[in-house]
Amino acid sequence: MVDLVQLIISGTATGAIYALCALGFTLLWQASGTINFAQGEFVMVPAFLMLFFINTAGLPLWVAFLLTCLVAMILLGYTFKRAMVDPLIRHGVIPLVIATLGLSIGVKQLVKAGVTAQAQPFNSIFPDGLLSLGALRVSYMDVGTLVLAGLIVISLQMFLNRTVTGRAMQAVAQNTDSARVLGINVARMVLYTFLINAVLSVVAALLVTPTYLAKFDMGESIGLKAFYAAIIGGFNQTRGALLGGVLVGVLENLTGAYISPAYKEGVALMLFLVVIIFKPEGLLGRTEERKV
Amino acid sequence: MKKFDLIPAALLGLVVATGCFAQQGPIPIVGLVELSGTGATAGTNFDNGVKLAVKEINAAGGILGRKIQYTSMDTQSAPQTAKALAQKAVDEKAYVVMGPVFSGSFIVSMAETKRAEIPNFTGGEAANITQQGNPYVFRTSFTQTTAMPKLARYIKDTVKAKTVAIVWVNNDFGKGGRDSMTKALEAQGIKVAADVSTDPGQVDFSAAVLKVKQSNADAAFVYTNEEESARALREFKKQGYDKPIIGETTLTGQKVIELAGDAANGAVAHVGLTVDAPQPQIKAFDQKFQAEYKYKSDHNGMKGYSGMYVVKAITEKIGKLDSKEFAKALHGATIRAKDYPGVLLDVHFDANGDLDRESFLVKVEGGKQVVTATLPPVSPIQ
Repeated sequence: MVDLVQLIISGTATGAIYALCALGFTLLWQASGTINFAQGEFVMVPAFLMLFFINTAGLPLWVAFLLTCLVAMILLGYTFKRAMVDPLIRHGVIPLVIATLGLSIGVKQLVKAGVTAQAQPFNSIFPDGLLSLGALRVSYMDVGTLVLAGLIVISLQMFLNRTVTGRAMQAVAQNTDSARVLGINVARMVLYTFLINAVLSVVAALLVTPTYLAKFDMGESIGLKAFYAAIIGGFNQTRGALLGGVLVGVLENLTGAYISPAYKEGVALMLFLVVIIFKPEGLLGRTEERKV
Repeated sequence: MKKFDLIPAALLGLVVATGCFAQQGPIPIVGLVELSGTGATAGTNFDNGVKLAVKEINAAGGILGRKIQYTSMDTQSAPQTAKALAQKAVDEKAYVVMGPVFSGSFIVSMAETKRAEIPNFTGGEAANITQQGNPYVFRTSFTQTTAMPKLARYIKDTVKAKTVAIVWVNNDFGKGGRDSMTKALEAQGIKVAADVSTDPGQVDFSAAVLKVKQSNADAAFVYTNEEESARALREFKKQGYDKPIIGETTLTGQKVIELAGDAANGAVAHVGLTVDAPQPQIKAFDQKFQAEYKYKSDHNGMKGYSGMYVVKAITEKIGKLDSKEFAKALHGATIRAKDYPGVLLDVHFDANGDLDRESFLVKVEGGKQVVTATLPPVSPIQ
């Protein structure tokens, strides 16, 4: 029983990181109809940026984190939107999907050739050690990840639901034309979404890199799992991304421990297939009708 | 008439001259190494080791008066790429091929060098590499069937473990190690309490470590590649695992210590080569490698370096550049470190291309490998 609770806590912590990335997927989709298959690389690039600020510039981690947020907002938010999304989105989703797939490969090769092909260590922001609650022993890293990711998600939900800007962003997500008629600056709201996605990616990098290690291909796994999580939870619901992420994280852990670690990596895919067949809109998603 | 007689003579002269020129040109040696992908750490170190040896040998006048022209090619840690590049090395008429380091890649690529009768050195440790009757295959490290019994004896006599949980990577290297270790443990009367398979490139070891903990084994034996070893050690520490963690060379490599940080402390491994060994020629290598690359070499760097000096020693022994003769001469050969310090330790090659030499037991303490024992060769080197 203690093992089970430990597995669920540790799986929820991993799932919370998937959820941060999955949130980015759903936000971009809702605001601009963008599916970004370079989402995993959007986690990898900030990891290397933080390492650069820490190791080369000699800055403390928190300063490196803030600077990386700034650079990521410019590079992975504003520039990505203006240079790739804006010119391509008017031609439909498919050209953009292909372009982001190309971006994913390009960024990986650039880091591999220009920085290093080898894994680099990345220190955790949380202390080593275990928190003992009776027989239950949970690592500070898992607890810290869970708390930080939870705070980010709650703050984001509050921002979206309780601020004028957040509601305007939701209005744009629900109906762009109506939002424009109501006087909302649609372009600005969409840009905000891209900037938020960039910051979420930096936070995910901060949490996941101590375990994954900084490497050019570290984004492959997390990007794919976040995409599955977003589909499983519901691509058009931010709450769905959360549920999908946590579900994938917990089920992976349970499968690894009680069936075999060999099947662990296939859990997200299996769940994805089941959801696509029986509830294609996702567990919390709403059905969207489309005129033909 | 005389005029026409001159033409074949001139052509013959040209051919002879070209031949002489070729005889004086550099010796082509090709490295098939993992410069990217899951084996990047191992391949890059091996490649750097070879390059350092080539630089030294060339600076000292080369081999038989000829410089070495070393070209390294990236296998991307993929067996099919390694095989294609092995064919390219054959086309480029390599005298010797160094690598790949990964057993899975080597098993696939060695067919090409065998067909062309080119000696091929590997950093791979999978037992089946030298069990296929390929007379052109030579190791730069121990085979698993040599290393594992030494380690099993340590687990029985020093750790005094009665049960062991094995965590292994599901590739040729891992499977070979797991099979050899299982046999070696059984021979010592030690029971395998858990047999945990992991994937190459796996990033999350939480379930694997939990399986080990659930097995309640007296010790864990971890046999994965470098990056995965670091991730596994981090997870062991994260989950508060407090029993001995034992492994082979890949568990305590320099890169693993760098990646795992404090989590590497306490890990024990049997290593064929380590820069922390007390021998003066190894200390000299360590200094030269650090001066050249600004980091500490792991065992793979030492494999590449010593392998290239084996090439020099045997070529000078046969006195000519003949790949077939080279392979024949290396079987059964003994090379001593006093004659060729670059081989680092006295080494003996058997009829299969497996090598034997001293090895070490190391423990990671304070982020450094500390040699706790020097183990003798399986058979005394005559």
